[in-house]
Amino acid sequence: MTPAATSLLCVAALLATALVAVPFGRRARATPAIYGASLAATVVALAGALLHLVAGGTSEVVLPLGLPWLGAHFRLDALAAFFLVVVNFGGAAASLYGLGYGRHEEAPHRVLPFFPAFLGAMNLVVLADDAFSFLLCWEFMSLASWALVIAHHRATDNTRAGYIYLVMASFGTLALLLAFGLLAGPQGGYGFAAMRAAEHPPLVAALVLGLLILGAGSKAGLVPLHVWLPLAHPAAPSHVSALMSGVMTKVAIYGFVRVVFDLLSEPSWWSSMVVLALGGATAVLGILHALMERDLKRLLAYSTIENIGVVFVGLGLALAFRAEGMGWAAALALTAALFHVLNHSLFKSLLFFGAGAVLGATATRDMDRLGGLIHRMPRTSFAFLVGCAAISALPPLNGFASEWLAFQAILQSPQLSAWGLKIMVPAVGGLLALSAALAAACFVKAFGVTFLGRPRSDAAAAAHEVDRFSQAAMFILAGLCLAAGILPGFVIDAVAPVTQALVGDRMPRQTGVEWLSIVPIAEGRSSYNGLLVFLFITISASLAVVVIHRFASRALRRGPAWGCGFVEPSPMTQYSGVSFAQPIRRVFGTLAFRAREHVEMPPPGDMRPARLTVQMHDLVWDALYAPIAGAIGFAADRLNTLQFLTIRRYLSLVFLALVGLLLVLAIWP
Amino acid sequence: MDGLIFDIAHLFAGGLVLVSFMLLYQDRLYALLNIFALHAFVLALSVAWQALVQAAPHLYVTAAIALGFKAIVIPVALHRIIQRLGIHRQVETVVGMGPTMLAGMGLVALSMVVMLRVTPEADPLAREDLAFALSVVLLGLLMMVTRRNAVSQVIGFMSLENGLILAATGAKGMPLVVEISVAFSVLIAFIVIGIFLFRIRERFDTVDIGALDDFRGERK
Amino acid sequence: MALILDLLVQGGQMALVLALSPLLTGFVRKVKARLLRRRGPSMLQPYRDLLRLLRKEVVLADNASWLFRVTPYLIFAATWVAAALVPTFAIGLKFSWTADLIAIIALLGSARFFLALAGMDVGTSFGGIGSSREVMIATLAEPAMLLIVFTLALVAGSTQLSMVAVMMSQPEVGLRVSLGLALIGLIMVAIAENARIPVDNPTTHLELTMVHEAMVLEYSGRHLAMIEFAASLKLLLYISLIACVFAPWGIAAPDSAPLAYAIGTAAYLGKLALGGALLALFETSIAKMRVFRVPDFLGAALMLGLLGTLLLFVSRSL
Repeated sequence: MTPAATSLLCVAALLATALVAVPFGRRARATPAIYGASLAATVVALAGALLHLVAGGTSEVVLPLGLPWLGAHFRLDALAAFFLVVVNFGGAAASLYGLGYGRHEEAPHRVLPFFPAFLGAMNLVVLADDAFSFLLCWEFMSLASWALVIAHHRATDNTRAGYIYLVMASFGTLALLLAFGLLAGPQGGYGFAAMRAAEHPPLVAALVLGLLILGAGSKAGLVPLHVWLPLAHPAAPSHVSALMSGVMTKVAIYGFVRVVFDLLSEPSWWSSMVVLALGGATAVLGILHALMERDLKRLLAYSTIENIGVVFVGLGLALAFRAEGMGWAAALALTAALFHVLNHSLFKSLLFFGAGAVLGATATRDMDRLGGLIHRMPRTSFAFLVGCAAISALPPLNGFASEWLAFQAILQSPQLSAWGLKIMVPAVGGLLALSAALAAACFVKAFGVTFLGRPRSDAAAAAHEVDRFSQAAMFILAGLCLAAGILPGFVIDAVAPVTQALVGDRMPRQTGVEWLSIVPIAEGRSSYNGLLVFLFITISASLAVVVIHRFASRALRRGPAWGCGFVEPSPMTQYSGVSFAQPIRRVFGTLAFRAREHVEMPPPGDMRPARLTVQMHDLVWDALYAPIAGAIGFAADRLNTLQFLTIRRYLSLVFLALVGLLLVLAIWP
Repeated sequence: MDGLIFDIAHLFAGGLVLVSFMLLYQDRLYALLNIFALHAFVLALSVAWQALVQAAPHLYVTAAIALGFKAIVIPVALHRIIQRLGIHRQVETVVGMGPTMLAGMGLVALSMVVMLRVTPEADPLAREDLAFALSVVLLGLLMMVTRRNAVSQVIGFMSLENGLILAATGAKGMPLVVEISVAFSVLIAFIVIGIFLFRIRERFDTVDIGALDDFRGERK
Repeated sequence: MALILDLLVQGGQMALVLALSPLLTGFVRKVKARLLRRRGPSMLQPYRDLLRLLRKEVVLADNASWLFRVTPYLIFAATWVAAALVPTFAIGLKFSWTADLIAIIALLGSARFFLALAGMDVGTSFGGIGSSREVMIATLAEPAMLLIVFTLALVAGSTQLSMVAVMMSQPEVGLRVSLGLALIGLIMVAIAENARIPVDNPTTHLELTMVHEAMVLEYSGRHLAMIEFAASLKLLLYISLIACVFAPWGIAAPDSAPLAYAIGTAAYLGKLALGGALLALFETSIAKMRVFRVPDFLGAALMLGLLGTLLLFVSRSL
């Protein structure tokens, strides 16, 4: 059986599970059965994809479905195999987590049928090899995830989140539809093979790129198309949030990479400037929004936007280098982007699982009502800490390895010939560095306020550790974050066939390098060894501990903390998430959010407390979406009268439309 | 040796750009004057170096004018004016420091791209000189549009003019007459603006040029 | 044999930075005191302080978690590893390729990440105020540092510190305004990162102005010793970094004779003394700034880094 057929069989198993879940979803036993079946199917698909990625080659399957003259084409090549690994690994981890977490679900019949369907749809998007099945699967993926977003539709704001998500998803699909129409050309070659072979004039290439930024970018959460993401991702159950943030955004990136690097003939160099600028802006704005957030899951969703920005910076660099014929640098940049895709799927799933555990234990996502969970949930907090360190790009974890590669790619920019790019790329590098530093601040806040300090509410004080399945899912992900961080060479080598296929070059082989270092270009230029850094830190820390405990002192006494003379200060005197972010809001917020502080001081003699109010605006929403929504509302109001016409008038409208069309036909050259 | 000549010219011209940024960064009037004196001093050094390199003695005159008038006479005079007028010592900016600096960065990048793209064959020294000079001119303009205070606008204008002199000396072949006339025109402009300052002050009791807008009825 | 020698040199460097860093701190304090016409404590006082702290018992707040106890060792280890990877008296050490300049910066970032978390662990407002200000400073200092690294790496064609040091001692680097900007920016970042005046005051205990001290307020005994030691190491690291990049003279080449190592060590000591004295001079001649002036200060460093990278394109080779 070919690898593509194996993957399709796994998808079929997932879809069958979804069908089974429809009638039996309310039963108590259904939860473990459905998640167990999803776990098995995704693990098999994961193994198949991994084997195929290592073995190389492509395999195709044509099913007699869909359009009669086209059929449904499915193809598994290196790029698809890499993304299948990401999708199915995230899917397997979410299923494992769901085995435990799903038991607390109040309305399992609203989640269980859609969960495997969502997984299957994401697999299918990656496998699709013609525009028709791609769009169909893409829309199926959107609808399945939409159903999961509004699973808890009685909670406030969730229906609004679902509505905005649906509008944005339809808009994205429309853009993709137009893009494929342009790619197929007048002959209507809707198979990807035909598109790959066709030559696209520069104008068409630019239009397709723009439409893809709209279509795939809106699904991935690129600024300014990100507004739905922080609403929709947190609204779903936590393991689905993990899938949406960690995996579905990656499928969107897959769509972008597939079209721009594979199907489209080379776009000109200036188009990479657009991608770079959007990526840089997305990274910084996303993480600034995350810093201002006090809802833990929304913070994570905004941080997803930041990571998407980082990935797009890598893709933009790869486009720029490819357009200038610097294959080795393009391979480096593309490897950095794909490595970051993998890393983000690992640590973002982990963090959403942790947030789900906190939500399950305390029934709140508001960080300013949490605190002190490290005592009550030691294992969850440890795994969450690993995730926070990884996403903050701290060595020796995996987030740093991919950002390091991105910085190395940026350092190749002086060899570009276009002056605009030459000067722009270091500036984008500055934005990348800024977003990495802000991410560290953001996750100090997320972990510090949620897990450290003293509990700020009774629910946080009475929290309990989560079940074994959830813990297992989190620890496997945390372990992989560490493994990918200290052995990045293996990941880079695994990605090599993808870059070979897309930009025609690959990074030097890493597994043969002495001590398992990674060397992007040449040893004299730069190298990094996560393994040794990890070992050195471990050894020197243990050395310090042993020496001090052996030869100095090991005495320890507990006492009250110094509270400036106040005894037993209330937990509300601790720094909250909002106050933690205040200095950063003052520095960046005045510009990025038009943040204004207003102190209301009661007159002397008045006993009311003084109040500080902070006003912030989402400038993108104010400038872009509010006018559009207003215009649509206005038009709807005007057109409302059309609903109350007499039959004669309706008939005359139809008649006029018919005559008008005929006139057009008559005048058309 | 050739490398050293280039390096030193490069150092002075780049230093001039840096001092332009320091002008943008300053938010106190006296410090602004001192930095402007530094600006003129660096310009004088740069021009003198060009005089040495190009063996053009008339450029020494230009350097001396820059040093004498701009680095000493004008700052001292402005210092006195500020004292006499008792102007509030903080510079009032229209936009914050961060955005201004970012805009300045953008302008420097823009002038590099423009100059380097249009002059690929030129002598590298003249090329980078022109790029720096354009940056200084643009930064001077930026300073004029982001400041409310008339004194800092005068300084912005004069730093812009310094940029023009830098361009002229780098271009090799600007006659002395033109330079001297440029220098004197600046001096005259300074005198006119100085008188203007007194007049604004007499009439409106402030040198915030926003007061003029109010008077014209533009701002309500 | 060669391997053993390599390992010896590498081990020597690790021991050297460990042994010298408290001395450097003591030296800076001594020079500062002298400049203020005080006599000041002995230069060996930091060693005595460390030994005393190590022998004392730890008083741990009731609410402190395991993270609070682990953090001092982690910070110490990360800073020590980073300091040992910056060339001091010799370049091309056995493990110098383990981490390039970007990774060294990121290692210091890891240390800061955990320190900021430890500040929030006990749940007092002091820790919170320190952590939130520290991360605010870091969000500007880190990108500024990376832009400076870009400038250096583009000049040297490498992010490996050994290669940068070699390139910088070549005549063809010449006088470049970018390098001057990078140097000024690096000094500003170093001042902010090491919590020195005018950004922060290492000797203050006034709530309104504390940043670094507020985070470590709850630490005592051996934990405090580890943190103080890490702070000394970080100061040494930054001075070594500036010396290695901007004054790479006298530094020993790989596989050279013992005499070269001796010269390298002597030159290194001289550079450290000079750097420490300049730092003390700078600190005594300037006043501490308000916390919300710091963003302007670091913003300027960020701009210098960016300007340095931009101006590279009009200099000779690029």
